[in-house]
Amino acid sequence: MAQVPDRDTCLELLGRMCLIRRFEEEAGRQYQRAKAGGFLHLAIGEEATIVGTTSVMREDDYLIGTYRTHGHALARGTPADAIMAELFGRETGTSGGRGGSMHIFDAERRFMGGYGIVGGNLPLAAGLAFASKYRDEDTVTVCMFGDGASNTGNFGETMNLAALWELPVVFLVENNLYGMGTSIERHSAVTNLSHKAEGYGIEGERIDGMDVLEVRDRVSAHLEEVRTKGRPSLVEAFTYRYRGHSAADPEIYRDKSEVEEWRQKDPIENFIKVCVEDGVLSEEDVQSARDEADETVEAAVEFADRSPEPPLESLYEQLYVVGETMGWYAVDERSPEPHRGELGEDAPEKARDLAETVADRESEIERQHRPGVRE
Amino acid sequence: MMAEIRMREALRDAMAEEMRRDGNVFVMGEDVAVFQGAFKVTEGLMEEFGEKRVRDTPISENTIVGIGVGAAMAGLRPIVELMTVNFSLLALDQIVNHAAAIPYMFNGNARVPMVIRMPGGGGHQLGPTHSHSFEALYLQVPGLLVACPSTPADAKGLLKAAIRDENPVIFIEHESLYGIKGEVSDDEDEIVRFGEAAVRREGEDVTIVGILKMAHVAEQAAAELEEKHGISAEVIDPRTLRPLDLDTILASVRKTNRAVIVEEGWPHGGVGANLSTLITEQAFDWLDAPVQRVTGADVPMPYSRRMEQAAIPHEENVIEAVLAATEGAIGPGKGGS
Ligand SMILES: Cc1ncc(C[n+]2csc(CCOP(=O)(O)OP(=O)(O)O)c2C)c(N)n1
Ligand SMILES: [Mg+2]
Repeated sequence: MAQVPDRDTCLELLGRMCLIRRFEEEAGRQYQRAKAGGFLHLAIGEEATIVGTTSVMREDDYLIGTYRTHGHALARGTPADAIMAELFGRETGTSGGRGGSMHIFDAERRFMGGYGIVGGNLPLAAGLAFASKYRDEDTVTVCMFGDGASNTGNFGETMNLAALWELPVVFLVENNLYGMGTSIERHSAVTNLSHKAEGYGIEGERIDGMDVLEVRDRVSAHLEEVRTKGRPSLVEAFTYRYRGHSAADPEIYRDKSEVEEWRQKDPIENFIKVCVEDGVLSEEDVQSARDEADETVEAAVEFADRSPEPPLESLYEQLYVVGETMGWYAVDERSPEPHRGELGEDAPEKARDLAETVADRESEIERQHRPGVRE
Repeated sequence: MMAEIRMREALRDAMAEEMRRDGNVFVMGEDVAVFQGAFKVTEGLMEEFGEKRVRDTPISENTIVGIGVGAAMAGLRPIVELMTVNFSLLALDQIVNHAAAIPYMFNGNARVPMVIRMPGGGGHQLGPTHSHSFEALYLQVPGLLVACPSTPADAKGLLKAAIRDENPVIFIEHESLYGIKGEVSDDEDEIVRFGEAAVRREGEDVTIVGILKMAHVAEQAAAELEEKHGISAEVIDPRTLRPLDLDTILASVRKTNRAVIVEEGWPHGGVGANLSTLITEQAFDWLDAPVQRVTGADVPMPYSRRMEQAAIPHEENVIEAVLAATEGAIGPGKGGS
């Protein structure tokens, strides 16, 4: 068992984990109220892996993750307001409503994105690390992905390339034992995923992803090692998600008793126990951490709710950067308007009409298929 | 100053000049450094810039492109060479789901200034896995720019522009054009801007649009049409397909009232299919005949020399299409329309 850190650190760890838990619970609720659309993947149960990792990263280190990354952004310091607003598809969201739950992004805090393609973020992580190395900076990139992603071609390609080029990446598998409804025994020939490092000649280690102090301890050792030696490593954090893969998961692939068993190892409750027993935190500290999380999340929902929808005129914005080398782009080739000089900002009539037709159709679909409450 | 150089040299010079100008520009790809490129386009680059900036990669297309995307997001300017367009299919995920989508899906908070170069096209008996033309595939993707140069000067000017541009660029080269020579400026500031078509030959009776090698085939056909059939063809090379300089093409069609589009790619959903629709939608009233398309055959590219040549458009096919479009309405002894 790792040593209990100082009071401020414990408060910080507890605060972040409580915030993620509350945020995710509330996101699930808002999804059922149809405030958030699309897919919603919650990380409840995985808080220690997330917060343990980010708490030992430097501010200039890069973090990149998957479609289950509301928590990762929160842990990096992205305001809950902006994340909730993104879930609501609002203009004030982290991606202005263009990305949604699976595509949270905050460059300022070096959270380099959530990505909806399983394994798609691995090459990007190597690219971020390559840029650091190219510029002789000693920043490290932490790349988080699932057990399922460890079977993708990207995993093999990227691990090899990162090892070959000695790129400063900590690859961190959030092994929650399932890729959607397929258990690890049914999807991976080697179930101790840390062993997958061997084939690439790099270090691999399995850690307890439910214990925030162990995660801190071990990830910080890996960060240090990668930062100084300039070689990647693989950490497999053993963890679990209590909720379904996404909000639309009837969970027919596992027993309720298994979920119960893992709940006994709850990363937040166990950390509280350790801190209170140690005396570093009091029951009041714990209560105020929970209260603060409640307040932040409540405010986030309010913020998201009163934020404006993205204006339809902005449909074609941010698609391209216009400049010296390309002075214009046609926002819709079908437009009979003159083509030169069309910029995203002033989409022609036709493009606007198209956008509005789509929007009309969508609200119609919503009326027909989306009752106020989902099961 | 102008000098006559080959297309591959023009491309190399473009990269070398931009690498000298900007330390963030680097080149990576399979066999680009020690081997100097499968088509020798990166010749001499490793010698000048070293292995840090000219990097051989493992055979991992999706990851090579993905590293480029990540590096670009962090502020570098990668040039990724994929050995052929057929191999770029292994990187489609990073190209379409990541490079093209990221700027938009993160609301402009991330940018992907990178160039992905890839040679394609048939004519070398490389069969059904090494000879294709995927301009139409890439031109469909919002978020990408697509360049398809046909001359050494355009190759250099467009590649320089692509490297300086803030968007992800698919830069398609034709394997048969690497050796052609042309006058190229050595002015390091000269670029060819995206979205500006080149009128290769002025004419009155029909507009022929051709890309890559087919831009040359179109020009040769136009010369023969003039000589043998008394038909004056205007030849346009769009040079970039995204953005597409539709203005220049439409202006020409409104003048000639006929259009023929020539490409090496497949007919279904091709460059010509797209352009023909645009012309029909926007210049219908000016058309005197249906738009004609000359394309590659609708098969995976066969190996046999005879069959391969039959699967690729030639001057005769263009001439035939022009004659079909003009239906004998133009030319000596046939009178005006
Ligand atoms: C390339 C790709 N294939 C399939 C999917 C659909 N999908 C989304 S999540 C998922 C399971 C991934 O499992 P894992 O990597 O273990 O991550 P977890 O969801 O458990 O965090 C699948 C199959 C996808 N998004 N991308
Ligand atoms: Mg999993």
